Amino acid sequence: MADTGTLPYKASPVSPLAPDRRYLARKFHGRFMAGLITVAALVGVSVLWLILGYVIVRGAPAINLDFFTQRPLPYGEVGGGIAPSITGTLLILAVAALIGVPVGLGCGIYLAEYGRGSVVEVIRFCSDLVAGVPSIVVGVFVWALLVRHVVGNFSGIAGAVSLAIIMIPIIVRTVEAVLLLVPYTLREAALALGVPKWRVVISVVLPSAKAGIITGLVLAIARAGGETAPLLLTTLGNQFFSWNLLEPIGAIPIQLYNYAVAPYPDWHTKAWGAALVLISVIGVLSTLARVATWGQSR
Amino acid sequence: MTTRNAEDEIAPPASWDVQGSPKFARSSGVGADDVFKWLVYTTAFAVPAVLVALFVLLVIDAWPALARFGLGFVTSSNWDNVKQQFGTLPYIYGTVVTSLLALLIATPVGVGAAIFVTEYAPRPLRVPVSFTIELLAAIPSIIFGLWGFFALTPIMRSTVEPFMKSVVGPLPVIGGLFQGPSVGKDLFTGGVILSIMILPTIVSISREVLLAVPTMQREGMLALGATRWEAIREAVIPYARVGIAGAAILGLARALGETMAVTMVIGNSSRKITGTLLTPGYTMASAIANQFTEADNPLYFSAIVGVAALLLVVSAIVNIAARLMIWQISRGGAEGGNRG
Repeated sequence: MADTGTLPYKASPVSPLAPDRRYLARKFHGRFMAGLITVAALVGVSVLWLILGYVIVRGAPAINLDFFTQRPLPYGEVGGGIAPSITGTLLILAVAALIGVPVGLGCGIYLAEYGRGSVVEVIRFCSDLVAGVPSIVVGVFVWALLVRHVVGNFSGIAGAVSLAIIMIPIIVRTVEAVLLLVPYTLREAALALGVPKWRVVISVVLPSAKAGIITGLVLAIARAGGETAPLLLTTLGNQFFSWNLLEPIGAIPIQLYNYAVAPYPDWHTKAWGAALVLISVIGVLSTLARVATWGQSR
Repeated sequence: MTTRNAEDEIAPPASWDVQGSPKFARSSGVGADDVFKWLVYTTAFAVPAVLVALFVLLVIDAWPALARFGLGFVTSSNWDNVKQQFGTLPYIYGTVVTSLLALLIATPVGVGAAIFVTEYAPRPLRVPVSFTIELLAAIPSIIFGLWGFFALTPIMRSTVEPFMKSVVGPLPVIGGLFQGPSVGKDLFTGGVILSIMILPTIVSISREVLLAVPTMQREGMLALGATRWEAIREAVIPYARVGIAGAAILGLARALGETMAVTMVIGNSSRKITGTLLTPGYTMASAIANQFTEADNPLYFSAIVGVAALLLVVSAIVNIAARLMIWQISRGGAEGGNRG
């Protein structure tokens, strides 16, 4: 700075670093855009709290012991709950997991451990496409496949199959990703000891990726638990307790929908209550799943 | 035993491709390895099988309607069960309008939030902000529907729609979008609820894409004396452009197939196509949800499945396009940057 006079160009009378008008305009523009961007983030964050707040404030009055233990009552009768929907959702989710978890896990293992070349690309691509199929279309498909022909009526098993189809691509994606993170030297060490490949996968690779796999499974189950559209076309819902998978079974999202579209204020409160139950279960599951992965990746 | 082993050791193998000495043979006959491999292969090929079955079954069931109406199935706006005429144009229109509106609202907000998280936010805020927005993705569609039905719709009817009518309504071209009575349950509200639902998709993918932009890009620009915003606009966004577009299109794919939330706020009544957003309508997904169990004759049913098949094909195309774009930025990021 000191020898400005020796510069080969004509120095301006004011320092080039002095804030001129254009500089101030650019600075102001930058501040303005930073403000807009902050507002965008605030909007994104506040929308979540707005919806959560609504669900909590309007759902809380519906929550009492009866809500979890009684079946829905006809309009006019005081009380009643969503118990058949809770047991129904648990049953459907359990069966869906029984179908979806082995398939998703197997496919993920194939992609990470067995598959070669373009077959892997094709199967991964198919899995991504299945993930992108709208859930209502899955519902139509399962209706045409199971409800119409094989089972013959709306049934819990059809709902479970449609939820399994929704779960599978989520499981495939996470399982493949976490298995590829397992260091190859672990596999080599086991193989060098003479362990057959299937034992390497089951006893070495899967246990090392345990946390990530469980996260994927939990996220898939949480996602499937909130699905409504395919269940409307496959399990239909049921006001009564039912454990028969070949009959219509209640589910929380269906009960919520039926309560919400009915014209009775009392049922609307119950719909918010059902929403609160659903969101609590899903929230707890997703948070646990994410906390588990953070613990592992950091 | 001992004599045979001794012979093995004496005679060297003809080549390295030997079966191995019986001493090292596995105890089980057919390897458990083969069984496991077979299981894994079966499950892996179940995924493409589901996809193919999905497509084939829908097309078979939709065939009567597709064959009878031909191109008219997508170009006619006459959907009349009594007269056995099924044209899906109003549903396609409703889907396109609500999805585009959702993109129009969610893309600036989502990309803005992603820029905030990657470029502006103080370090302790970064994870909580993106985590909170991504939690939106975990909320089930039906709860957005419930919230839209009881909370958003009244606000839209009493405040937002009259405001839009008075401010945008008098403008020459886009004013036509805000004409007619404020009903609350209409295409506009459908688009707004969809924009909230696709926000997490756009934020999380834009964030990943922006994080993939090399720090050198920003530093180079800042060293030239650019302000922070100028660096983002000139060096970061052009580099991430393709990926951000991919994020938006993936959001579009989600919007196209959303069912419950839209069904609860879109009105499900009008079958005419009018220019205004303030009119009840249908999307393809909400039409399926509303009419599937009502379909009381084969052609009607076939037409509804036809809508599902159409939705499947459209969302598959949009998904593929989005993934190709995101794949391009994550694999060939440098090329994308040079062109930008």
